[in-house]
Amino acid sequence: MTSAGNNNNKGISPREIDDKSQSKREKTILIVLLVMLLIAAVISLGVGRYKIPLNQIIDILRSWITGKTDFKNNPLQVVVLLVRGPRILLCMLVGAALSVSGAAYQGLFKNPMVSPDILGVSAGAGVGASIAIILGFPSLTVQLMAFCFGIGAVFLVMGLASAIGRGTPATLIMVLSGIVVGSLFSSCSSLLKYLADAKARLPDVVFWLMGSFAKNSSYQNVLILFILVLAAGIPLFLMRWQMNVLAFGDEEAQSMGINTGRLRLAIVICSTLLTASSVALCGIIGWVGLVIPHITRFLVGPNFKALLPTSILIGALFMLIVDDFARALIAGEIPIGVITSLVGAPLFIYLMFKGRKEWV
Amino acid sequence: MGMSLEIKDIKCGFGPRVVVNGFNATVNSGEILCMLGPNGVGKSTLFKTVLGFLKPMGGEILLDGKAINTLSRKEFAKIMAYVPQVHSPPFPFKVIDVVMMGRTARIGTFGIPSRRDKEIAASMLERLGVTFLLNRTYTEISGGERQMVLIARALAQEPAFLMLDEPTSNLDFGNQVHVLQCISDLARNNGLGIIMTTHFPDHVFQCDGHVALIEWNNVFLTGKADDIITEENMRNTYGIEIKVVKNKFSETTISSCIPLIKTVMKLW
Repeated sequence: MTSAGNNNNKGISPREIDDKSQSKREKTILIVLLVMLLIAAVISLGVGRYKIPLNQIIDILRSWITGKTDFKNNPLQVVVLLVRGPRILLCMLVGAALSVSGAAYQGLFKNPMVSPDILGVSAGAGVGASIAIILGFPSLTVQLMAFCFGIGAVFLVMGLASAIGRGTPATLIMVLSGIVVGSLFSSCSSLLKYLADAKARLPDVVFWLMGSFAKNSSYQNVLILFILVLAAGIPLFLMRWQMNVLAFGDEEAQSMGINTGRLRLAIVICSTLLTASSVALCGIIGWVGLVIPHITRFLVGPNFKALLPTSILIGALFMLIVDDFARALIAGEIPIGVITSLVGAPLFIYLMFKGRKEWV
Repeated sequence: MGMSLEIKDIKCGFGPRVVVNGFNATVNSGEILCMLGPNGVGKSTLFKTVLGFLKPMGGEILLDGKAINTLSRKEFAKIMAYVPQVHSPPFPFKVIDVVMMGRTARIGTFGIPSRRDKEIAASMLERLGVTFLLNRTYTEISGGERQMVLIARALAQEPAFLMLDEPTSNLDFGNQVHVLQCISDLARNNGLGIIMTTHFPDHVFQCDGHVALIEWNNVFLTGKADDIITEENMRNTYGIEIKVVKNKFSETTISSCIPLIKTVMKLW
């Protein structure tokens, strides 16, 4: 085609097709991240108001593995295994879930500026949780209502988009519907905050909306979230190749043999499940789902085959470190949503400078 | 083994608005059909309908006598491939990955391309003489190179028919000729049936194809380039004056259109 093309007729060497360096690099990154995550998790067990040195943590973990735990006489074991353990696991799961759904949505909407709450899931969950808190329901009900309202908001958006698009919602209509429904729910949240009893309920509502791992960290919640993350994450992983193709737009994906309507619906359902379950347990945590896929794409490229597993690890690692700061910086606890924004926004600005060639 | 694509009395448009009504054409394996017509006359609408992106409002499109709406997306993609206009996707995929996307219809719904799919993708790049692009980033190569990658992606589908949307627009003169050469080669030597839209009547002459001239008010003229691209038809369609010149080479004659610009010709 170009002049360079003409002296390139010697055929393709297998080395060229294989490009081992690429897949080797991806594997190395995965292994390094996994090791970093494990180290960070162990160190995080010692971080907090009550600092525990590493050798003691290792002792405690050893006694846990060998089944020689004694919670009655050993308060350190309680702190490490019953308080910090589930919190760290929950943290990693939420970070992974938000990052994966962010990556999926960015591919679906062909836009790197999209975050997992683009279809109103967080705003919906916020309303559900606010109502439950104001009515004085127990925390399980708060979680359930947040989950249901989050999914309900996305249903509303998809219904609206289908009605406008006559059965086949275009992505732009989906985004616009998401903005409208999201802002509708946000104003409901504001109204609820205004109406809430300022002394008894308002602080709870506000604190919930800013996100925290403090209240719902139990092994039971870890198990629930783990199951939900698997249920939504495995289908997304299976669709990884089709998601690549969808990034080229609906028409092209169709011409390459993809039933785009069905694929899009499947992605929306899985991503919504991931985000709604995270938000229901830990409140609204922004920026993670937007920034982590960017960092990951920066490292391993846009191919979902590598993007999904890598963003799981980076998301988990990021959330873990941020939560360590939330726990350790001040005597009380900084809401995690505040820190993710404080860290996420500058990081995103940096990435925009780095990647501006591609977006302008 | 030839196949045929028949477009029969098709009526198409968006929502309630009918854009094209009563269009007929047939393309066989090894043939090139160029769709020519003014901006806004409905070329794209017709094109999208044949590709199945828009539902026809009437008439039918048959592949070897079988209506295309009875085929699944996947089955259709194994027969018909689409080369869109050059664009830039939001994510920096590698060229080989882009070409492998053409294999999607030939792998399982939840599958990923195998080693063999990668070899097929690489061989398509080689066939088009652009092997050097293999490990480059799609968003960082030139427009002409992207067009070749998109053609390679379509070929990776191993289709019987290829539909190209203005494959020569936005390309420099050299790349236009390269792409035409490639299209002509695919039809003549590989037996693909090709439908392409174009704004250049000369390109129809140059690849010796059939032409469907789409005029306003659902007037369609279909036939060999020399019969359709005439001074009178161009005047009717575009409201311009041209001269068709026959250029004789040793064995072939290739016509070309010379537009007559009033101020230059000093005719009027």
